[in-house]
Amino acid sequence: MCTTCGCQGGGRIEGDGHQHGHGGARLRRVSIERGLLEKNDAFARANREAFARQGIFALNLVSSPGSGKTSLLTATIALLKNRVPIAVVEGDQQTTLDAERIRAAGAPAIQINTGQGCHLDAHSVGHAVERLAPLPDSLLLIENVGNLVCPAAFDLGEAHKVVILSVTEGEDKPLKYPDMFAAADVLLLNKVDLLPHVTFDVDRCLLYARRVNPRLHVLRTSATTGEGLDAWTGWILAAARGAKRARGSHGMPALAPG
Amino acid sequence: MHELSLMEGMLEIIEDSARAQGCHRIRTVILEIGKLAGVEVEALRFAFDAVTAGSLAAGAALEIEEPEGQGWCAACGKVSPVTARYDMCPRCPTLPLQITGGAELRVKALDVD
Repeated sequence: MCTTCGCQGGGRIEGDGHQHGHGGARLRRVSIERGLLEKNDAFARANREAFARQGIFALNLVSSPGSGKTSLLTATIALLKNRVPIAVVEGDQQTTLDAERIRAAGAPAIQINTGQGCHLDAHSVGHAVERLAPLPDSLLLIENVGNLVCPAAFDLGEAHKVVILSVTEGEDKPLKYPDMFAAADVLLLNKVDLLPHVTFDVDRCLLYARRVNPRLHVLRTSATTGEGLDAWTGWILAAARGAKRARGSHGMPALAPG
Repeated sequence: MHELSLMEGMLEIIEDSARAQGCHRIRTVILEIGKLAGVEVEALRFAFDAVTAGSLAAGAALEIEEPEGQGWCAACGKVSPVTARYDMCPRCPTLPLQITGGAELRVKALDVD
C-alpha cells in the first residue's frame, strides 16, 4: 500500500465537486505556473529522502542501447559484492533478461518493464525499491532504459546520473544528445579495449563532452578486460562515503524496510 | 516518447487546478515549453489530444509559448542568446554558457468557464 501516492487500492480523495456555476458561465484566465515534471520531481524527492534515511547510495545509469551497461554492472557487482551490499533496479521496455543476468552475478535485482515507455520514472522506481528492500547502507544501481534522450528529464532520486558511452558509437554523441551529458556527473567511456579496431577519437569526444558539461568526471572502462574498473569502483566507494559524511549522523538507518 | 508522459502530468495539473477553481470546463491550455527543453512541440500537440479526450479539457485549444534559450557567462557576466546547450559565450569563447532561460516545461495558464 502506497502512503505517498495512494495508487494501490487507496481511493483518491477528490474535492467535493461542488461547483459555483452561474447559468451563463464566463470564460476567464487562471494563472497556473506549475511544472510538467512536478509530480515526478515530488516522487524523486521522496525517494531521495528514503534513500538518505536508509543510507542507500543510488546511481542512475543511462546510455544508448548496446553501450555495455549490463556487462559493466555485472563486472561492478563481482568487484564490490564482498565490500558493500548491492541491489539493482533494471529498466527495459520488455523482458526480464537483464535482471536475470544481475541475479546470476550475485545481487538482488528487480525488473521494471516500461512497455511503450522510454524512461524510468521516480514513481515506479520508488515502488520497485520497496519490493527490492535493499539492506541499509546499500549501493543501489538503477539501470535506466537504453535511451540518451528521455531519461535526462526524469529525476529518480539518485545521488548521481552516470552516462555510459561506448567507443563503438559516434564520438559526437555529447553534442547530439547534450541534455543527457549536461545532466550527468560521471561519464564512463566504455569498451576501450576496442579502441585499436575503431576510428573513435577519444580526445575529440571528451572535448565535446566537457563543452556540454565542464564538471563531468570521466573514466575509461572495459568490462571485457577489466581496464578502469578499479577506478570506477573506487569512485563509487569514495562518493558513497562522501554522501554519508555529508548526511552526518542522519545517515543512520531509520527502520528496517518492509 | 516522453512527450506522452509530460502530457499525462499536464492533465493532472490542469484538472486539479480547474476543480480547485470550481470550473467545469477547460477551454484553452497555455504551456510554456522552452526551446532548450528537449521536447518536440509537435509530439506534445499530438499527445495533448490523446490524453485530454474524455477529460475536463476535452476539445480544448492548446497554445504553446516557446521562450528562446539564453545563457549566462561566468567569465564576463553577460547574458547571450543560446540555440544549443553547448553554445559558447560570444565574447569569451572558452566557456560554455550556463543556461538561464529556454528550459521551461510549465503549464502557464488556463482559460476556464
